[in-house]
Amino acid sequence: MSTTTWAWLVLAFPLAGAIVNGLGYKKLGRGGAGAIGTLAIGLAFVCAVAALIGLQGHAPNDRALVSSLWDYAVTGDVNAKLSILVDPLSVYMMLVVTGVSTLIHLYSVSYMRGDRGYSRYFAYLNFFVFSMLVLVLGGNFLMLIVGWAFVGAASYLLISFWYRRGTATKAGIKAFVINVVGDVGLVLGTFFILRHSGTLDFLGTFRAAEGGAFAGHQGSLTAGCLLLLVGAFAKSAQIPLHTWLPDAMEGPTPVSSLIHAATMVTAGVYLIARMHPLFERAPAAADTAAIVGCVTLLVAGTIGLVMTDIKRVIAYSTMSQIGYMIMAVGAGGYVAGLFHLMTHAFFKALLFMAAGSIIGAMAGGQSLERMSGFRRAMPFTFGCFVVGGLALSGVPPFSGFFSKDEILAFVGSRGGWFDVLYVVGYAGAFLTAVYTWRMIFRAFFGEPCAEAKELEHGHLAHAEVPTNPANGEVEDTDVGFPGPEHTIAERAIPMKVAMTLLAIGATFAGFVQIPHVDHVITNFLQPTFADSKWVDHEPSNTLVNFGLVIGTVIGLSGIALAYRVWVLKPGSAAAWQARLKPVYTLFVNKWWFDEAIDLLVVRPFAAFGNFARGTFERVFVDDTLVGGTTGIVRAGSAAVRAIQTGFLRYYAALLLLGGAAVLLYFLISAS
Amino acid sequence: MAIDWYLVVSALIFCIGAGGVLVRRNPLVILLCLELMLNAANLALIAFARMHGNSDGQIFALIVMVVAACEVTVGLGLIVAIFRRRLPIDVDELRELQG
Repeated sequence: MSTTTWAWLVLAFPLAGAIVNGLGYKKLGRGGAGAIGTLAIGLAFVCAVAALIGLQGHAPNDRALVSSLWDYAVTGDVNAKLSILVDPLSVYMMLVVTGVSTLIHLYSVSYMRGDRGYSRYFAYLNFFVFSMLVLVLGGNFLMLIVGWAFVGAASYLLISFWYRRGTATKAGIKAFVINVVGDVGLVLGTFFILRHSGTLDFLGTFRAAEGGAFAGHQGSLTAGCLLLLVGAFAKSAQIPLHTWLPDAMEGPTPVSSLIHAATMVTAGVYLIARMHPLFERAPAAADTAAIVGCVTLLVAGTIGLVMTDIKRVIAYSTMSQIGYMIMAVGAGGYVAGLFHLMTHAFFKALLFMAAGSIIGAMAGGQSLERMSGFRRAMPFTFGCFVVGGLALSGVPPFSGFFSKDEILAFVGSRGGWFDVLYVVGYAGAFLTAVYTWRMIFRAFFGEPCAEAKELEHGHLAHAEVPTNPANGEVEDTDVGFPGPEHTIAERAIPMKVAMTLLAIGATFAGFVQIPHVDHVITNFLQPTFADSKWVDHEPSNTLVNFGLVIGTVIGLSGIALAYRVWVLKPGSAAAWQARLKPVYTLFVNKWWFDEAIDLLVVRPFAAFGNFARGTFERVFVDDTLVGGTTGIVRAGSAAVRAIQTGFLRYYAALLLLGGAAVLLYFLISAS
Repeated sequence: MAIDWYLVVSALIFCIGAGGVLVRRNPLVILLCLELMLNAANLALIAFARMHGNSDGQIFALIVMVVAACEVTVGLGLIVAIFRRRLPIDVDELRELQG
């Protein structure tokens, strides 16, 4: 089969899984839904590998295959087709998405076992994978926008999966609204680009850009790229459109792992990498991306330091790591950014899974304040957390070390004001190590908490009364809530398998691209980025070697600091908090972004809406337009009704008068 | 022969009929007056037919007679129905159909 056929199959399997699970939930039962869901994604992964093999069979300059299934509308400049683009970048994304998704589906089979919405969960999750694949495979702006909106919808459905929890539905709505802001940006940006390129097709657009379609329209191109960035920032949780991501942790943990860490939130990185021919012609937009990524990585890192909800710590960490990727692709280091995207998918999914295991052991509790000493009770989870933590903090030889250093070396080699980003990047790396290991030390070291003690005696803690970890509300365990039973990785083979495979990935994935040794990903992605002006831009050896050393030192010193504060001298954290009160307040309130958005956007818009409803809607629409029309009709009918007296002779008189008038008219006009 | 006198007679009959329709309240008389109006028209048609020397006007007159017969049938039927229900035979009293 041809390469594009395999790619179509990659799309078909998750869609089929979603439909079968969605429609057949009554017949399938529990085992069936999980098996079908996992199998569908597994088959998609197999097809993705087949597509990879097929693509490698093509000559390097012929590795951008377009396949169109049918045309929606081909009129003039608009060529809306159902087409996919199979090139190294989309195959790379496809492999990451389906690979990690397969493992997370496998994990979910056990993790969601106690939930009554089991089939619904797998239907949504399959639908998400399908949408994400549409996003990365789409060969034109239309498909990109469709996939973009679909993943937003899937994300909304899965965040509010436990729909009886008010906090979850609120978080879902928030995520959806912010993502729609991004969708609007994406669509408007597309219009700006379509106007001058004259085609929706990606390759056609890039050819047009090459051919100078934007010469003299620099403003349009920059505006278009900036609007695309709005979409990228909303989807990838970059400042200032990031506030939905921490709230999205209301969803089930595997969802956080898949959507809000490994795949969906990296769509922005993919978008910028995909649009690199445009961004390179609009340097202002590319620089904006780099700067925003850099700011996000620092701000998110500082907030991660003080969060006490274990999932939110990881969520801020995700934001921070995506900040690195956005910074990389903004600066032109596409391969570095995408490399980090892959390693991050491994170790962040792993960390979330391990966090899910601990949350299971805590009977649903997520607060780090209550967790401690799980090291002996949960050795496997602890091991996974350590692997994920080492990879995240960038300690060699774990994967995060190589990818993060590649980003920073590239940014550093750009020189000029990029040196600021370089330094901030390393500061962020230090923060990363500290907050990651703070989380690990608090959860696994110290005196075992009650749940850990029980677990050491072989008894999994079970909440008497299940409560919502977000607000402590008592919840029933019927449909729309997590079930009463919790699962830990130590006792579920599928979870163990998934986590082991991810741990292997998190450890060894970095070896595909070691400086001075091998360049697998660079070589593989080369055809996509061959036209980039940064394709031959290599950081100097000195910079790379310096980065390797400083990266190791910073990672280890961050871990050492965390060890000193949270293990050697317990209680010193409180002292630091007291000493740095203003800073701590700033961090713990998340830099007041929620409040600022509320004050600057939500309230003015709400006030404007109320004003418009009171004046425009009531006076103009209701009273003038609607009331005016009915008033005219009413008055007219009243006048006509007055003629209808019921007197026959009156009608006859009118008739005669009318006839006489006509006669008179003809007489006068004739004479 | 001048057509004027025929038309004058026709117009007179028409006006008498129209006046009758307007002032009389008995539906039977109103029907009679309507017949007067129709026949005034017939008279004019036939006079014109004679003047032009072709028979179109006479055919029209015949059709008008048929229409008049139909109208009288319906009208008389209505009057009989009103009479049977013991309603007043007075068009001013029969005015339920009003806006």
